[in-house]
Amino acid sequence: MQLAVNIIVLAAIYALLACGYVLIYRVSRVMNMAHGELSMLGAYLLFAAATVFAHHPIPALIIAILMSISTGVTVYVVLMRRMTGEMVLAAILTTIALGILLRGLVVLVWSASEQHPLQSLGFTNPSLAVFGGARISTCAALIVLMAALVYGSLFGFLRFGRWGVRMRAAGQNPLLAAQRGINLHAIYALAWSLSTLTGSIAGMLIALDSGLDQSMVVIGLKAFAPALVGGLDSLLGALFGALIVASSEVLAIHYVDPLLSDVVPFLVLIAMLIVRPWGLFGTREELDRV
Amino acid sequence: MSSRPRASGYFRTDYAADYALLGTRSARIWVALFSLALLLFPLVASPFQLDLACQVFLASVGALSLMLLMGYAGQISLGHAGLIAAGAFTVGILFRETNAPFWLTLPASALVGALLGVIFGLPSLRLRGLYLAVSTLALHFVVIYIGGEYETRRGFSTGIMIDPPQLGSLSVTDGRAWYFILLVAAASTLLVCLNLLRTRSGRAWRAIRTHETVAETLGIGIAAYKLLAFVISSSITAVAGALFAYYRGFVSVEAFSLFLTIQYVAMVIVGGMGSLLGALLGAAFVTIFPYVIESALLALPGAQGFASLLFAVNYAAFGLVMILFLLLEPLGLVGIWRRIQSYFLLWPYRHRPAGAHQ
Repeated sequence: MQLAVNIIVLAAIYALLACGYVLIYRVSRVMNMAHGELSMLGAYLLFAAATVFAHHPIPALIIAILMSISTGVTVYVVLMRRMTGEMVLAAILTTIALGILLRGLVVLVWSASEQHPLQSLGFTNPSLAVFGGARISTCAALIVLMAALVYGSLFGFLRFGRWGVRMRAAGQNPLLAAQRGINLHAIYALAWSLSTLTGSIAGMLIALDSGLDQSMVVIGLKAFAPALVGGLDSLLGALFGALIVASSEVLAIHYVDPLLSDVVPFLVLIAMLIVRPWGLFGTREELDRV
Repeated sequence: MSSRPRASGYFRTDYAADYALLGTRSARIWVALFSLALLLFPLVASPFQLDLACQVFLASVGALSLMLLMGYAGQISLGHAGLIAAGAFTVGILFRETNAPFWLTLPASALVGALLGVIFGLPSLRLRGLYLAVSTLALHFVVIYIGGEYETRRGFSTGIMIDPPQLGSLSVTDGRAWYFILLVAAASTLLVCLNLLRTRSGRAWRAIRTHETVAETLGIGIAAYKLLAFVISSSITAVAGALFAYYRGFVSVEAFSLFLTIQYVAMVIVGGMGSLLGALLGAAFVTIFPYVIESALLALPGAQGFASLLFAVNYAAFGLVMILFLLLEPLGLVGIWRRIQSYFLLWPYRHRPAGAHQ
C-alpha cells in the first residue's frame, strides 16, 4: 500500500512538472530545458516571500505565485521572443543557458545551503494515515490534490476557455492563427507564464514537503521523461507518462537499487524513443516538423 | 571553408595547390610563427599558465570532436560529458583492475568510445533535432550511472586514483611534458579533422547537414554516414576523456555532470558552428573564462566576501555569456574574426561589390 501511495505522490510531482514542458512545446515547439530551474526559482520566491511576510502565509503564497507568473512572462519577453523562428538547437541552447544563469543567481541570492520554507511560513507537515495502513505527509497529499486541480483546470481552459482555444490554434498552425487575428506573442507569453506557474507550484510544494536546495533541478530534468513518454504535445499523455515513469522509478528503487532513481526515468525515455518516438498520445507528424 | 575571406589574386593553378592545407605564403608564415610560439611557451610560462594551456588543449580535443558531429554532420548531441566519462572510466577501470599501461588503455578507450558512438548514434537513424538531443541526454545519464555504480561496488566511492603514465622507466608528471603531450594530441586531432572533412565522408556529412533528403538522392548512405560521424566523434571524445583521466590522475563521476556537456556545447556555439577554428577558439574561451571572472572578482574591493560565492558567479556569468552569444552573435567568435578579416581585406570599402562571389 505504501508503495502505491509513493507512486501516486511521485506521479503527481512529475505530472505537475511535465505539464509545463507540454504547454510550451505544444504552443511554440520549444523544449524548455530551464524548466527545473524555473520551478526551483518559484520555490525560492516562496521562501523569500515567507521570510518577508513571516506568519502571514496567505499573502506570502499570493505574492510568490504572482512573482512566478511574472517571471515566466519576463523570460518570454526578454529572451525567448527573440528566439522565435530561430533553429531548434538555438532555442534549446538558450533555455539551457538561462537555466545555468538562474542556478548561479539562485545560489548568489539565497546561498547553496538547504532552506525550509515550511518553518518560515509557520506550517507543520503532519503525516496522515490513509487506507491500508499507508501514510502520507500533508504536503504530499496537497501535491496530489494540486496536480488534480491543475490538470482539471488546464483541460477546462484549453477546451472551453477563449484563450485556451487560441493557444491550441497557435500550436496547430501559427500562420493561420496569426491570420485569424490571434496575437501570437501574447499566446506564447501566456504559455510561458502558465508553464512557469505550474512548475513553480510543483517546486513550492516539493520545497514545503522536503526542503529546498539545488537538487530540485534534477527533479525538473527527470520530469522531462514523462512529458516525452506521454507525447510532448499531449496533456493527457503527460498524466499517463507521469504514472508510468513514477511507478517504474518507485518499483526499481524498492526492488532493485535506490541508486537507480536518477536513471530509471531516462531508461523509460530511451525505451519510448525506440518504440514510439512521438509518445503515447503525441501526434506523429511532430517528428518531421522539428 | 568557402566563407573564409580571401584577398584577390588567389588562384589555385594545379592539384598540389588544391590539396595544400595552407594555401598561401602568409598562411604558412603565420602557422609557423604560431607553432613556434606554442613550442616556446613552456619556457616562459608559470606552472599555472602551463596547467591552463593543458586544459585548453584537452578541451580543444573534445570541442573538435563535438564540432565534427554538430557543426559538420549536423547531429545534435547532449551526451558529450557521458562520452568523456566513458573514456576516463575505461582508463580508470583498466588501470585499477589489470594495471594496464597507457598504450593499452588509450586504444581501449577509443574502442569503448566507438562502441558507445554506435549506441549514441542509433537513435539518430530515426530521430532528428530535439528528439535526438533528448536521447543523447538520456544516454549520458545511463553512462554516468554505470560509472557511479562501478565506483560504489568496488569501494572507490570518492573516485579512482590513477598513476601517471609510464614512458619506459620514467613517469610523466612534469607539467612541461604534459604540455607537449597534450599539444601533440590537440594538433593531431585538428589535422585528423581537417583531413577528414576533405574526404568523401566529410562531404557526405555536410550534405546530410544541409539537406538529408537531397543527400540521400545523391546516393549518400545516410544511416552509415550518420553512424560514422557518431563513431569517429565519440572515439576522439573518449580519448580526450582518457587523457583527462591521466592528466588529473583521478576519475570520479562528479566531474562529468551535465554542466560539462553544456560547457562543450558552449564551446561549439561561442566558437562558431561549422568551423574547426571556432572549436579551438571556443575551447580556449570557455576554459579561460572562469579564471578571468575569478581574477576580476578578486580584484574588486572586499573580495574575501565573494570567495565562497565564486562558483555561483561563474555559473551566472557563463549562462549570461552564452545567452549573449546566442542572441547577438550566432556565428560566434569565428564570425567576429571573419568580420575583422573582411574589414581589412575590403579596406577602404565597407561592403563587397554587388554580385561578388563569397
